[in-house]
Amino acid sequence: MAASKPGASASNGVIGWVPVAIAASLFAYFLQFLGPVSQGEVIRLVWNWVPSLDIALSFTVDGLSLTFALLISGIGTAVMLYSNSYLAGHPQYDRFALYLTSFMLAMLGLVLADNLIALFVFWELTTITSYLLIGFNNEEAKSRRSALQALLLTGAGALVLLAGIILLGVAAGTFEISEILAQGDAIREHPWYVGIVILVLVGAFTKSAQVPFHFWLPNAMAAPTPVSAFLHSATMVKGGVYLMARLHPGLSGTELWLWTLTVFGAVTAVFASILAFRQTDLKQALAYTTLMALGTLTMLLGSAEGYAITAFVTFLVVHSLYKAALFLVVGCIDHGTGTRDANVLGGLGKAMPVTAFAAALAALSMAGIPPFMGFIAKELAYKGAEETLTNVTFVAGMSLAANALMVAVAGIVALRPFWSKAEGEMPHTPHEAPWPMLAGPVVLAVLGLLFGLMPGYAQTYLVNPTVQGFLGSMEAAKELKLWAGVNLALYLSIATFVIGGLLYAFHRTLRPALIRVNMASPKFDKGWDNILDGLKAVAAWQTRLLQSGVLRQYMFVIFATLLVGVGGTLWAKGAFHWPLVFEGELAPKHWTVIGLLMVGTLVTVTTRSRILAIAALGVVGIAVAIIFIIYGAPDVAITQLLVETLVVVLVAVAMLRLPLLDQKGKSDHRPLDAVLAVGVGGVVTMTILLMLEQPIDLRLSAYFNETAWPDAFGRNIVNVILVDFRALDTFGEIAVVLIAGLSAYALLRTTQPVRHRRGMRNKDTNVQEDTP
Amino acid sequence: MNSLILQVATRYLSSLLLVFSIYMLLRGHNEPGGGFIGGLVGATGFILYAVACGTSGARQALRVSPQNIAAIGLGISLLSGLFSMFFADAPFTGQWLFIGAEGDDKGLPISTILFFDIGVYLVVLGAILTLVFAMEEEI
Amino acid sequence: METLLALAIGVLVAAAVYLMLARNVLRFIFGLILISNAANLTIFVSGRLTQGLPPLIADGAYAPVVGSANALPQALVLTAIVIGFGLFAFALVLVFRAYTTLGTLNSDKMRVAEPREDAAK
Repeated sequence: MAASKPGASASNGVIGWVPVAIAASLFAYFLQFLGPVSQGEVIRLVWNWVPSLDIALSFTVDGLSLTFALLISGIGTAVMLYSNSYLAGHPQYDRFALYLTSFMLAMLGLVLADNLIALFVFWELTTITSYLLIGFNNEEAKSRRSALQALLLTGAGALVLLAGIILLGVAAGTFEISEILAQGDAIREHPWYVGIVILVLVGAFTKSAQVPFHFWLPNAMAAPTPVSAFLHSATMVKGGVYLMARLHPGLSGTELWLWTLTVFGAVTAVFASILAFRQTDLKQALAYTTLMALGTLTMLLGSAEGYAITAFVTFLVVHSLYKAALFLVVGCIDHGTGTRDANVLGGLGKAMPVTAFAAALAALSMAGIPPFMGFIAKELAYKGAEETLTNVTFVAGMSLAANALMVAVAGIVALRPFWSKAEGEMPHTPHEAPWPMLAGPVVLAVLGLLFGLMPGYAQTYLVNPTVQGFLGSMEAAKELKLWAGVNLALYLSIATFVIGGLLYAFHRTLRPALIRVNMASPKFDKGWDNILDGLKAVAAWQTRLLQSGVLRQYMFVIFATLLVGVGGTLWAKGAFHWPLVFEGELAPKHWTVIGLLMVGTLVTVTTRSRILAIAALGVVGIAVAIIFIIYGAPDVAITQLLVETLVVVLVAVAMLRLPLLDQKGKSDHRPLDAVLAVGVGGVVTMTILLMLEQPIDLRLSAYFNETAWPDAFGRNIVNVILVDFRALDTFGEIAVVLIAGLSAYALLRTTQPVRHRRGMRNKDTNVQEDTP
Repeated sequence: MNSLILQVATRYLSSLLLVFSIYMLLRGHNEPGGGFIGGLVGATGFILYAVACGTSGARQALRVSPQNIAAIGLGISLLSGLFSMFFADAPFTGQWLFIGAEGDDKGLPISTILFFDIGVYLVVLGAILTLVFAMEEEI
Repeated sequence: METLLALAIGVLVAAAVYLMLARNVLRFIFGLILISNAANLTIFVSGRLTQGLPPLIADGAYAPVVGSANALPQALVLTAIVIGFGLFAFALVLVFRAYTTLGTLNSDKMRVAEPREDAAK
């Protein structure tokens, strides 16, 4: 499945190193903010983007966004370096590098944006780049399906989020996040609060793959392994978690927030841990543990209290470190052996010592063994559970279950393949990965140990400033320490190890039972397919219904809509009447011209002779021109006459080749159409009559009359309007004329008519051919 | 149509129409007329010529292909509209130069407005001829 | 006269709609011409009608005579006529080309882009 070609010695050249350099320099850039931010400073950068909509491109660097930015750029550096070797010599590596770099920049934009709309745009950019990366192996149907699933699901969630964001922005009167968070109490009491929370949470839950939107994430593992490590464990899927954390000061603190996050988070965590435990594919197992982590983070965010928030930040950091490391390790295993099946792998410790080292450190952190940082995070989480405002037993029990399963999964994924005996044939003889693929996992795994041994650094630079963003002061942060005395959290930790150890020992026996249970439970993935099939069926059904492909039906619908829309509105507004007022003199010339118009019109409709129809149309045009002459519009009348001439010329030329109006013996008599036509005509007349009842606003005409000569030096006001006052309009109109002429020309010259029709080029083209 | 009388008469009639079309164009700012009407009259003249002497004859008489005439016209209109930007006015603001103006007598006025109208004339003439010639040649 | 003209426009529109619902696309084009005329007349009449006084400024005067026709709708109608001609010409060429390619003027039978369900299978 991985796109790697193990053993390929080709390199990606300079292109392979550009993303590494970009990521590393961004990481270095963000490091400089550590000092000021740890002092409690918040750095803001603002550009006006769409001032008329109050959308600014503003960025904030505070504890939370800096923590995220460092994780993104730091892990990004490791992943870019890793990919360059993992996909060495891949023919489309340049494309891959572009996608991955774009993703990194979009993700950085997401966590730094201080404007909700900008945040949403970056949010969508990460969705799109994720789509491209999951579908990177685009020749595999499975990849394409997974990519589309992720895109549709997170995209739909994003639309819901957009609705929530707009509500939130309107309720708060601003889209600047910093200003919104400052008025948290007002928002919590706003009548739209419930709607905002639900909409925002749906967006966040789809992005962060909470149950029941979780199924896209394991499928997203179709992406190359470095992508899974970067997007689908360390960064992008935490976008939803980031959003909940970012809006936490503004939205949290209510029962709704507390219970929703706690319950969904806890259910996701436990559900995912069980599924992870069942997996034999290492990558799939890791994908489910990521779900578990996301659930835990969500659950912790439900609370607004020191231990839970401190645990949130700590767990966020530690999870990103060990999970990215483990994914990269799995990539190394895949690269070195050609398989990821836990049932086959074993005894790799000798062949791949460095990988084994990194895997061991990361796994111990994941299992939460002291003195790793994972242990501290777990202790804090248990403390948080102890003080939860929901049900202590529920939260602690769910946490215990999830963590115990994590211990077992850590053993299965990261220890067994290296230290137990091999149980099957591996496709290749195991060999160690090259250094760029080892640097990332080793550094990340070692960091997990160092932060555990010296929690002070993480405390000062990452945890305290972040907690300040949540709770207003750095003092609210709880201390990160390995030994917190004998308390409930410690007992829970010990219970975790015992249960986890037992689960690990018996996982071979338990797995078949779990698989049986799973087979019987409802399949989200299948449900998704059913939804998509249903959607396609509805689309096909409504297309058949609405898009008959018959021009007349389309026209009928359009005119009927016009009739019902305008007529119905007039009816509903009580304006449905005929203000027939015949005032002013009506001389014979008026009656004559109207008579000409009517006769021409009726003949055009009723005749079956083409020549008569053209003549009648000419009469109509001339009658209209006479109306223009009578009512003081010489320019218009001249134009009308000239155009009428050209119309007749063109129709006459075309007639030479076109057949009769009707086939012999068939009349064109359509009563239903006639009814509709009369109805539309009546409504138009009524509308004009009603319009004529209204007083006319002549200010604009008066302005043109007054300024045409003094300012625009023209005595023909119509022409002055055309070429001076409204010259830009006229320019657009002549452009349309030009385009119409050129398109007609192109249509005549570039499309080839059917060959047999060419035979009609001789002059007796008046031969009438019936349509076949 | 091979009518000698029509052909001879058409030569005079269409040149007359062409002169008339330019007259309509130039007087348009003060009397009925202008670029649209002038362009239509000019097109009618050439179409008449094409009917009498064939489309290829009309194309020869026109010298430049009608598509190019129309495109050049659009360019002239655009440039005369953008010309005002040199004087820090909004686009399509008229710029005037009065040659020999004295008091109320405006002399000979030259303006971007005139060039704009010439552009309109050329577009209408060119676009209609493009279409009609193509249509006639196709039949 | 405005009322009379409004009624006439109604008749024009009715005729145009009837023609545009026809099977024969040439009739459709006739309808297009009629509805263009109806639209132009509507714009014209909505500026109110004034007999005999075109919006021209006499030599020596600075403004048109009081009671001159409204110039604004005239300018709008003038360009609308030319654009309407462009639309008509394009539609005619389209019909012409459709006939030479498909061999029919019956719009029910023009189904290259959207073939019938049964034909597609």
